[in-house]
Amino acid sequence: MADATTLPVDPAAALERARQGKSYWHRVWERLRGDKVTLAVITVIFMLVAMIVLAPWFTVHDPYTGSVLRRLKPVGTPGHWLGTDEVGRDLWSRMVYGGRLSLLAGVVPVFLALLIGGFLGVLAGYAGGLVNGVIMRLTDVLYAFPSILLAIAITGILGSGLQNTILALTISFIPPIIRISESVTTQVRYLDFVEAARASGARPLTIMRYHILNNILGPILVYATSLISICIILAAGLSFLGLGVTPPSAEWGLMLNNLRQALWVSPLVAALPGAMIFITSMCFNLMSDGLRQAMDVRL
Amino acid sequence: MSEAKVAAVTAKVGSRPGRCGPSTEGREPIGQAQPLLAVENLTKHFPLKGGLLNRTTAVVQAVDGVSFTVQTGETLGIVGESGCGKSTIARLLMHLIPADSGKIVFDGLSVGASDGLSLRELHRQMQMVFQDSYASLNPRLPVAMSIAFGPFVHGLAKPAALRRAMQLLEAVGLDPLLFANRYPHELSGGQRQRINVARALALEPRVVILDEAVSALDKSVEAQVLNLLVDLKAQFDLTYVFISHDLNVVRYISDRVMVMYLGKVVEIGPVDRLYRRPQHPYTQALLSAMPSMDPKRRTREAPLAGDPPNPISPPSGCRFRTRCPFAEGVCEAVSPVLRVPPGEELCLVACHMRVPGSGHSRAAKE
Repeated sequence: MADATTLPVDPAAALERARQGKSYWHRVWERLRGDKVTLAVITVIFMLVAMIVLAPWFTVHDPYTGSVLRRLKPVGTPGHWLGTDEVGRDLWSRMVYGGRLSLLAGVVPVFLALLIGGFLGVLAGYAGGLVNGVIMRLTDVLYAFPSILLAIAITGILGSGLQNTILALTISFIPPIIRISESVTTQVRYLDFVEAARASGARPLTIMRYHILNNILGPILVYATSLISICIILAAGLSFLGLGVTPPSAEWGLMLNNLRQALWVSPLVAALPGAMIFITSMCFNLMSDGLRQAMDVRL
Repeated sequence: MSEAKVAAVTAKVGSRPGRCGPSTEGREPIGQAQPLLAVENLTKHFPLKGGLLNRTTAVVQAVDGVSFTVQTGETLGIVGESGCGKSTIARLLMHLIPADSGKIVFDGLSVGASDGLSLRELHRQMQMVFQDSYASLNPRLPVAMSIAFGPFVHGLAKPAALRRAMQLLEAVGLDPLLFANRYPHELSGGQRQRINVARALALEPRVVILDEAVSALDKSVEAQVLNLLVDLKAQFDLTYVFISHDLNVVRYISDRVMVMYLGKVVEIGPVDRLYRRPQHPYTQALLSAMPSMDPKRRTREAPLAGDPPNPISPPSGCRFRTRCPFAEGVCEAVSPVLRVPPGEELCLVACHMRVPGSGHSRAAKE
């Protein structure tokens, strides 16, 4: 273990390194660097995000104006290299702009659910007793519904639209995140080093900050990233069912639904939004797997 | 570091600034030399919940009316079979779990009382080393941070706390340059336990509770850590409560020994006296189970058969009577209390045979 590069040179440096205590993340990064698949996948995600954010620079045509004369052009048409959709809008433009809503609806609910569910789960795990009982039994009630059914029911009640989609997906992702964070917190909570920290007279919040959080954040984050791919698919699914974003918004799931009728006319064009959903969720899934391996420093 | 620097460092750690002691008001009047730690009638019963409504169906009497004292500067060894309540006592002393009843008096101040010692102050004065050297260190923190945590939560700035951690690493025989920034999984068991000892010393406590602190180490490392503990005790004027099931280790390190059986104290006495002339039949059985180097004194039969009875429903009267070769009617009827046996001043025994006129056939007549 004592390779020369990790040895501090002098006491001041040792103090400095110990104070920063960043070596764990440093090691995670080193493992990640050796994992070519994860690196490639992260690169793809970055490119995708860059393209979506800088959409006007990557597109020529407006995604919302089409011409009936140019309906359902096949892939490879000059000027529209990915063809056009059922009302003659450029498909490449719509794919790029559509990524904005699809990714938003895929990432924001997971992030919100991570904040809310993570807080509740860690609270339940750390407090134990009655608090744990109340939070976990309420979670069980939500757990009784499959997440897609829950999301459909909520958007069904609230009506379609981006905000309601995000809200519905957030609610349906809170229970699993509560579960995971409660279980990892409970595991750490009763270890001797937490007892030792209590024995040194530290207050609960201090123990949480210095001894619990650094042991549970990794697993919870990894789990949350694995939910992103599911969330993208669910969001697209809601739009496909007409419960998500409304036309004429560009969104992958909605595009898939609209182009469904054209499946026999120009199958390639109709399948493209589906391919984007597949690639994106696959990338997030592989990234989550890579992160899990990198963070799982066997101790 | 040079020798001189080491000496300077240890002098600094050993000098204990701010050790002026709490105020004398609210102290318990105690006759002779006041013990540093006095425990009176400490009791802890763990309820076993079960059934439909989560009712208490049974009670484990982990610690039942235990009283003892620890003098300043001595080492009290606590021995007993597993499940006899040794570790529960450690946790009760540290107030990691609340006691059902009983009193803990530290340096004349009742712990937790309004005019006594606050828990925070108690934790500064009394620290603990756990058995599992690995589970008791945060795997995500460099060991220097684990050591510095205590001083840090007691108000020392982080750089100063880390500097103290460096000094303590030196004091427990680990080169700070090599070890400060390591993580627990990069250390051997012995090194980790040294870190745990350093962590316990970081708050400059007066009492250190060692709960099976060397039991999980292999013999050679165990000896090193034991010697380190002896050195540190002299260096920092410590008082130890040393909990172990290893009779040889307890004999080596203790001044006095307390023997426990099923949550009760059966005998307390000075180590030499207790090992030479054990008074209680349980102590006698324990000691005769020790492997002897002398082939003439080879143990042929297990002196104690079977397991201790279930602590959920301990035997009536003397708890040892079910395994005691001398048990009689009185042992079943009356629970013996700790008292000074005839002819021995320094020890206490809870056995009817050592009480004149108790009704036991082996007891002296009144």
